[in-house]
Amino acid sequence: MHVEVTPLPGIGTRQDFQTRSGRRIGIVSYRDGRHELIVSKTDDPDACVASIALTPEEISTLANLLGAPQLVNHLERQHAEVSGISTAQLPITPGSRFDGGTLGDTELRTRTGVSVVAVMRAAAAHPSPTPDFRFAGGDLLVVVGTPDGISRAAERLDRG
Amino acid sequence: MHNIALSLIELGAVFFGLGLLGRLAWKIGISPIPLYLIGGLAFGHGGVLPLDGIEGFTELSAELGVVLLLLLLGLEYSAAELVTGLRRSWSAGLIDLVLNALPGAVVALMLGWGPVGALVMAGVTYISSSGIVAKVLGDLGRLGNRETPVILSVLVFEDLAMAVYLPILTALLAGVSFVGGLTTVGIALVTVTVVLVVALRFGRFVSALVDSPEPEVFLLRVLGAALLVAGVASQLQVSAAVGAFLLGIAISGSTAENATRMLEPLRDLFAAVFFVVFGLNTDPKAIPPVLGVAIALALVTTATKMLTGWFAAKLQGIARLGRLRAGAALVARGEFSIVIAGLAVASGAVDQGLAPLATAYVLLMAVFGPVAARVVEPMARWAWSLRQRRLAGAES
Repeated sequence: MHVEVTPLPGIGTRQDFQTRSGRRIGIVSYRDGRHELIVSKTDDPDACVASIALTPEEISTLANLLGAPQLVNHLERQHAEVSGISTAQLPITPGSRFDGGTLGDTELRTRTGVSVVAVMRAAAAHPSPTPDFRFAGGDLLVVVGTPDGISRAAERLDRG
Repeated sequence: MHNIALSLIELGAVFFGLGLLGRLAWKIGISPIPLYLIGGLAFGHGGVLPLDGIEGFTELSAELGVVLLLLLLGLEYSAAELVTGLRRSWSAGLIDLVLNALPGAVVALMLGWGPVGALVMAGVTYISSSGIVAKVLGDLGRLGNRETPVILSVLVFEDLAMAVYLPILTALLAGVSFVGGLTTVGIALVTVTVVLVVALRFGRFVSALVDSPEPEVFLLRVLGAALLVAGVASQLQVSAAVGAFLLGIAISGSTAENATRMLEPLRDLFAAVFFVVFGLNTDPKAIPPVLGVAIALALVTTATKMLTGWFAAKLQGIARLGRLRAGAALVARGEFSIVIAGLAVASGAVDQGLAPLATAYVLLMAVFGPVAARVVEPMARWAWSLRQRRLAGAES
């Protein structure tokens, strides 16, 4: 994938790439640290249909949303030979029971047999979290287990 | 004591009035510069309400305004951006220079203002207002557009051209001979090159001179350095503005960004005073006689900036709509045209008619520029659809 980096003198930089559907998607980074998500128009690829100002939290949320499915896909492919095992991503809803709690608190392994293989936070994957790993609202847990175990784990994380 | 009280009240009224005008301007989507100028015209000689007793303050503030405008223009682009800009966009920059300086020069010569007057008017019509352009691009959400880097690189080139133009202009205004003028051109080119090299190689040392983690120490150092350099430059017969501008280029990196952030409100304050003072010193009654010329000049230079943008964007492989947007975005003239006219008027070396013409011209272009940038795309689409319909009608 070719990401084009274009300096905008006096303002910052624009980083974007062309999607297969012909749209340009990217980010305008201002010198003062602000960011804008840009998406090009279909009928006029030079212009933008939207430029959306994003806060750092919004950026990491968006990156999580885009990044977690990719990790799940990757794991699915790895576990494809092992029948009966699947992979899923489960969110920690802000303000829910385990927001601020540790992985140990959830007792996921004991109660559902599901393993948390990674936690996605701020667009970064924290692989193999230890039981004292502390969750924050907005984290996405990438889990591996039986379909039944995963649905019970989802229920457990939801309730609360 | 009574005098001080009166001065404070007058000054307060002026600032408050400017605040209201500025708010109004952004609300209707234009730059506040023309309204400040009109405010100055209204208060000045022959205006409706002459102000007395605060001239001392306003004159010095106006000087500060020019120094800060040029310092921030220098800070806006880093030396590296200037050098890459020059390398990448010199062809577009030269088209811009030729197309837009010519109309001003020709008009000045036709009015019989001589070569110096021609050089001044060339500068007035040449330079786009980087302040208005950047604001308009941001407001219209066009920073992600493909033609935007093209627009910005033209502005960068104009910035560099100013670095060469201003020393030459101030030397000629001070009345040096032709040979002396050539020497000044040589000195100006050498100075700009030296400043760029210093900024590229040793920028951090210059920055370290003024940098400080304490905001107020930093502010005092940057402002102090700017005024010192400006004063010394002024003493050496290079204008104060040029000194501040070159200092701005030499300061680089994060120091430049911090300085910009800190000085912006100060610049806005003193620049507003500068525009008012420029208006104050212009007799409103002198404007109607030159209005026709100003309108003609505005029409021609709108067309030449459109052409500039069109060509510059075309060179980068941008489609027709983008080329039109680039052209229209560059139309606005503003603060720097007034700075150039102000330098000329202050030297007394130019015709009396120059200040009113420059005022009328900037009034038109600062209002029309943002409007042009806004309406060019809908208008082009409308014209396009009209033509399509006519073609379809002709076929059936």
